[in-house]
Amino acid sequence: MNNNVLIIGGGPAGLEAAAQLQGLGYNTILIEKTDKLGGHLAKWDRLFPASQSAKELLDTLLQNINGVKCFLNTDVNSINVLDKSYNVILSNGITILADAVLLASGFDLFKAEKKEEYGYEIYDRVITNADLEQYYKTKCDNRIQNPKSIGFIHCVGSRDEKVGNLACSKVCCATAVKQACEIKQEFPEAEVYCFYMDLRMFGRNYEDLYLKAQKQYDIRFIRGRVSEVSEQQDKTLIVKAEDTLSSKPIKITLDILVLMAGMRPSEAGEKIGDMLQISKEDDGFFTTKDSVYSLQKSNLPGLFFAGACTGPKTIPDTLHEARSSALEIHEYLVKNFSDRK
Amino acid sequence: MIYEGKQKIWSDYQKEIPDDHYFYVRSCIRQTFFPASEWAFLDITRNKFNKDIFETEHHTTCGGIAYHSDAIPQETVMTIIARQFALMHKYGYENYVCSCITSFGLYCETLESWREFPDLQNKIAENLKKATGLEFAKPKFLVHASDLVYKYRNLIAAQAKFKLVDKNTGKPLRVVEHIGCHYSKMFPSKGIGGAEYPYVLAGMVEAWGGEVVDYPERRHCCGFGFRQYFVQSNRGYSLANTHKKFESMEPYKPDMIITNCPGCPYFMDRWQYVIAETQGKTYGQNGHGIPVFTFEEVAGLVLGYNPWDLGLQTHQIGPEPVLDKMGIVYDPAKKYLGKNGKDIGKPDFVECIK
Repeated sequence: MNNNVLIIGGGPAGLEAAAQLQGLGYNTILIEKTDKLGGHLAKWDRLFPASQSAKELLDTLLQNINGVKCFLNTDVNSINVLDKSYNVILSNGITILADAVLLASGFDLFKAEKKEEYGYEIYDRVITNADLEQYYKTKCDNRIQNPKSIGFIHCVGSRDEKVGNLACSKVCCATAVKQACEIKQEFPEAEVYCFYMDLRMFGRNYEDLYLKAQKQYDIRFIRGRVSEVSEQQDKTLIVKAEDTLSSKPIKITLDILVLMAGMRPSEAGEKIGDMLQISKEDDGFFTTKDSVYSLQKSNLPGLFFAGACTGPKTIPDTLHEARSSALEIHEYLVKNFSDRK
Repeated sequence: MIYEGKQKIWSDYQKEIPDDHYFYVRSCIRQTFFPASEWAFLDITRNKFNKDIFETEHHTTCGGIAYHSDAIPQETVMTIIARQFALMHKYGYENYVCSCITSFGLYCETLESWREFPDLQNKIAENLKKATGLEFAKPKFLVHASDLVYKYRNLIAAQAKFKLVDKNTGKPLRVVEHIGCHYSKMFPSKGIGGAEYPYVLAGMVEAWGGEVVDYPERRHCCGFGFRQYFVQSNRGYSLANTHKKFESMEPYKPDMIITNCPGCPYFMDRWQYVIAETQGKTYGQNGHGIPVFTFEEVAGLVLGYNPWDLGLQTHQIGPEPVLDKMGIVYDPAKKYLGKNGKDIGKPDFVECIK
């Protein structure tokens, strides 16, 4: 089969779909705007619920894309819909006539500094979930020096009308509980607090992780929003919050505060969306053909979706969707390009 | 504290402030609390910078205190405000500058309400017509007087006679800046620098040579908070709030406090005396309190105005430590002499605080 399939985005969705499509015999071309493959997965250390190594998973995904033409540091300059194909001009000067395009542009982390009251990029010891994963990977962060008390704020930039995002980012609760357990493993004497709205531990074994966090690691879960964070002279942080279960305001001094930044549609994906005038839902993510059966299809023939470009997803969900998208593309190409077999 | 992070936020919260031609409205309570501040604003803008700042004796209270005390309905207060705006229009102005933070917040709230509910605006316009015969109008630009002084801060710095610098050490004075809650906490986009890290006063302090002191309770209420003080049985809350702020700022050893609200300087100034009287505690150096100033007073000091012409003798906490550090020459004997040398009376000696 000599159909060209272009995959835009080299994160887990793009990598897995590329491997599947290459395996099905298509000319698979993958472009990635940064200088390396893996997306956010490449920046993560361990994955919930069982603390599987992110690197091992990424290595597996990379091993499987043998034969796929990958262009790094490459963007889409223009994309035009032809009769049955897409004419795509890349930023490296190459033009591709693609019979199908898979948009796997993923997500951007919410810019935590927008929640000004939490003081990210203002106070030294306020960090994000991504910063903490980087610390776990490298064991190098001057801000984390044997902390005695650590707090996690869930839903930063998610379910928050003030920042224009009412949607749940789906993975932050489990990530926070995972990271809280991990920080406790590293600093067993530390007090660890999680400030949450609701705990959405929906996946298999997630609830077990939550119970383990309480029973084994003595992590304190406080149901309530943090109202403000202040810095003291010694760089420690004063966190004021409401404990809605006891109906009392609380004030805690912390050494480190971790903000669980949620998922927003990626800027790179939005750029492609604007070029093709792909419709978006109120949450900013792309609209799928329907909401139950055809989640990988767009309203344009030959344009498909995989991963978090259509909304927040876990890694397993992303990988499943990538495989599903590959099959949808295969079905589409067989049906519409039978003359090329 | 990462200064660049604050700068990034400040760049997100800028507002357009016309350079000239304003209709000015005074504050009800500032004229009695800090009687020379509004005079200083007018003198600086009109006589030093030749700006057209117009005021009329026909303007009234904005109704804010009654509104926030639930004493009058919203439609009534909106009609009062509509009359203020109508006067602005009548005198040929479209830029509105107010002295009071409570008024500023209420004007913002009213304009937003009218934008959100056009029927309400129509009703208020009708009320205004029936009650006064005036034509309904809205300001093109609404600013607080501190916005305007912020805009002129570099002009002031260029003509400065004194800086916010300790002449003995050459170091910047350490200044706590405290904005009124109603300046930007309700509508962050209406204030310079937003609500969390406001820049309106910090910008003045930096331009005039001082150093802004950040401290954990910087966002906390000054202690006024309307119901905390107006309801007599709640006054303990008012004092407790102020106490909390001073306890929080004490380790940072500020030289002075600059404010832009009617209530904040008053309560932070007066409650320091009460804390000293009841607890025996003072927060300044050597038994002094921490002097609290309005932004107009600080601008006046920088420009070389006589401290007593600025009304600093009406403060509970004596401003002398700051005047001495800035190198301002003053005559202690004239502190309690008003205009034309008239004795305005000296407060009873307060032993608990210098």
